[in-house]
Amino acid sequence: MFERIKQMVIKEFIQIFRDKRMKAIVFVTPIMQLLIFGYAATTDVNNITTAVYDLDKSYESRELVRRLEASGYFKIKYNPESPNEMRYLMDKGLVITAIQINRGFSSDLKRGIRTDVQIIVDGTDSNTATVAMDYAGRVVLKYAGEVDRRIGLNHAVIDLRARAWYNPDLRSRNYNVPGVIAIVIMLTCLLLTSMAVVREREIGTMEQLMVTPLRPIELMLGKTIPFAAIGFFDVLLVTVTGVFWFDVPIKGAFYLMPLGTAIYLLSVLGIGLFISTISKTQQQAMMATFLFYIPAVLLSGFMFPIENMPLIIQYGTYINPLRYFLVIIRGIFLKGNGLDILWPQMTALLILGTTVITLSALRFKKRLG
Amino acid sequence: MSILRIRAIAKKELIQIWRDPLSLAMAFMMPVMLLFLFGYAITLDVNDLKTVVYDLDKSSLSRELVREFTESGYFTVVDYIHDNMDINRYLDSGRARVAISIPEKFSEDIRTGRNPTLQVIVDGSDSNTATIALGYISAITDAYSRRMKAGNAAPLIEPRIRVWYNPELKSRNFIIPGLIAVIMAVIAALLSSLTISREWERGTMEQLISTPVKTPELITGKLLPYFFIGFIDVAMSVLLAVFLFDVPLRGSVFLLMALSGIFLFGGLSLGILISIVAKSQLVSSQISMIVTFLPAFLLSGFMYSISNMPKPLQVMTHLIPARYFVAIIKGIFMKGSGLKLLAVETLLLSLFGILVFMIANMKFKKRIV
Repeated sequence: MFERIKQMVIKEFIQIFRDKRMKAIVFVTPIMQLLIFGYAATTDVNNITTAVYDLDKSYESRELVRRLEASGYFKIKYNPESPNEMRYLMDKGLVITAIQINRGFSSDLKRGIRTDVQIIVDGTDSNTATVAMDYAGRVVLKYAGEVDRRIGLNHAVIDLRARAWYNPDLRSRNYNVPGVIAIVIMLTCLLLTSMAVVREREIGTMEQLMVTPLRPIELMLGKTIPFAAIGFFDVLLVTVTGVFWFDVPIKGAFYLMPLGTAIYLLSVLGIGLFISTISKTQQQAMMATFLFYIPAVLLSGFMFPIENMPLIIQYGTYINPLRYFLVIIRGIFLKGNGLDILWPQMTALLILGTTVITLSALRFKKRLG
Repeated sequence: MSILRIRAIAKKELIQIWRDPLSLAMAFMMPVMLLFLFGYAITLDVNDLKTVVYDLDKSSLSRELVREFTESGYFTVVDYIHDNMDINRYLDSGRARVAISIPEKFSEDIRTGRNPTLQVIVDGSDSNTATIALGYISAITDAYSRRMKAGNAAPLIEPRIRVWYNPELKSRNFIIPGLIAVIMAVIAALLSSLTISREWERGTMEQLISTPVKTPELITGKLLPYFFIGFIDVAMSVLLAVFLFDVPLRGSVFLLMALSGIFLFGGLSLGILISIVAKSQLVSSQISMIVTFLPAFLLSGFMYSISNMPKPLQVMTHLIPARYFVAIIKGIFMKGSGLKLLAVETLLLSLFGILVFMIANMKFKKRIV
C-alpha cells in the first residue's frame, strides 16, 4: 500500500510540474498575493486630500489650517475660491474633505463669541469618512481648547490615556498579513486539489487509474498528499516573506504554526476533495471553489469583524475552518498566545477537519465504485 | 467578418453552456450570493464593541461615565472586573476588545477640580476597528468632561461636520455599487478564461481549426454568449441593490448599463486572452485569478481607498480597468454623475477593451502545434 501511494504521489508531482508555468504559479502566486494584499489592503487613513475654503484669511484661520496639515492626516491640495468650486472638487472626487472657515472667524474668537468651522466629508467610503471626521473634529477641538485657555476659560478635565495593545501603532498590515497567509493557502490548495481530480475525469485518464491495483483510499491519499506538501511549503514561504519583507512581528511560539497549519489543511483538502466529487468539469470545479471560497473569506473575520454580523450568520461561521485558523494565526503573530489560549480553536479545527475529510473520503470512494 | 459564422460559433457556445447547467446556475448564483453577503451579513461599521469595566471608584460619577459609553451604542459592557489581571485575560482571549479602567478617587478629583486620569485599552490587532473605537472614546470622554465643568459646556469653536453623498455613513451604500464591478470581473474570469483552453485540452480545437471560421469571428462568437450572461448579472445586481438594499441610485440607469457593457467587453476579452495564452484550464484559472479577480477586489478602490496605498501601487492601479469602472459606478450611484464627469474613465475603459480584443486576435494561432 505504501509503495503504491508513493508511486501515485510521484506521478502527481510529475504531472503538476510538467507545465513549467505551474512551478511559477504554485510558488510565485502566493508571494504576489501577499505583496498586493500587504500593500493594498490598508485601512490606515492618512493623506486625506483636503480643500480649504478660507473666507476669513486671518492669522487664526491659517493657524487652524496649519494644524490640520501638521496632524499628518490631511493633505491640503486645493484652495477653492467659491462654494461652487468646492462642490466641483467634491463631486469629481478630487478631495475627500472640504473645510470652510467663514468670515468673522477670528474677530469672533477675539471677542470670545462662539463660532464654528464647517467640515464637509465625502461619505462615499464610509470607513475613511468616519476616520476623517474624527481626526478633523479632534484637531479643531484641540485648537479650541487652546483658545479657551488663552482667553481664560477652563478646559477639559479628564486626562484620557488611550492605548492600543498588541499593535500599538495600529498598522493594518500587522493585522492583514497573517490573515493573508491563511486565505492564500486556502485558495491555492482548494483550486489545485479540486481541479486535479476532475482533470483526470475530464481528460479520461481516470479510467486508466482505475484499472491499476490502486484502491480508492490510496488514490485519494495520492491525490491529496502532494497538495498538502505544496500547501505546507507555501505557508512557510509566505510566512517568511511576511515577516522579513513587511516586518510583521511574531510574538508567539513558532512551533505552533506548523501544528495549526497541519490541522487547518485537513479541512481545506477535505473541502477540495468534496468539490471534486460533485464536479464533472474543471469549469464546475473552479466555480464551485469560488462559490465556497468567497463566503468563507468574507464570513471569517478576515476583513469584517464577526461580532458585527447578524446572529444567525455568526452561528453559521462556526463551521468555517478559516474562522478558527485566523484566530490561531493572529494569536500567534500579534498576541503571543500559546496553546493555553488557543486550544479551543485547535480542537474545533481538528474536529471539523476530521469530519470533513472523512465525509469527502466516503463520497470519493462511492463515486469511484 | 461573416455574421453567419459568428452566429454559428455563438450558438455552439450557447449549446455548450446550456449543457452544463451547474456552471450556468453558479454564474447567476455568484452575484446574488455576494450581494446578500455584503448587504446583510458583513459591515465595516463599528458598534457593540465588547467592553470590560474596571471601576475602582464605584461612584455615581463613574457609573455615569460608563453609561455614556453604553448609551452611545458603540460599546457593550460584557463584564465588570475586580482585578487588573482580568484585563489581560479578557483581551488576550478576545472576549473583550476594550477595557475601561476608572481610577480610585475619580469622582473626588472631578469635584475638587483636579484632573483625574481615565485609562482605556483597546485591542489594536484589528487596526481599523481600533482607530474608529479610539475616536468614539475620545469624543465621549470629551463631551463628558465638558459637562462636568458646569457653566462652560460648549467649546469656543464648534466643528460642524456634514457628510455628503452618504449622510448615514452606511458602508453598504458604498460597498454594493463597487461590488457590482467586482462581480463582473469575477464572472469574466470564471466564465471566459476557460473557454479556449478547454477546447485545446479536450482536443475539440482541432475540429474548430478545420472549419473556415476566422480568428476574430471565433473570438467574437465565443464572447457573445458570455456578454449576454454578464449583462443579465449586471441588471440583476442593480435591481437587487436598488430595490432590496435601498442603495440610492442618483444617476441615469441607461448610462450605467451602457458603461457596464463597455467594461464587460474588456473583462471578457481579457479572459479570452488568458485562455488563449494558457492553453490549460488549470493554468488559466490561476492566471485569471491573479490578473482579474484579485486586482478588482484589492486595487480598484472598491473597498480600500487608493489614496491610502503606497505611491508605486497607486500608479499600478491605473492599469486596472476595474478601477475606472468602480469610479464610474460609484459616481453614478452615489453622486449622480453624468457622462461629462466620467468622460476620462469611459474613454480609458473603451481603449482597454479594444486593445485587449486586438491582442487576443493577434495571439490566437489557428494551427496545431
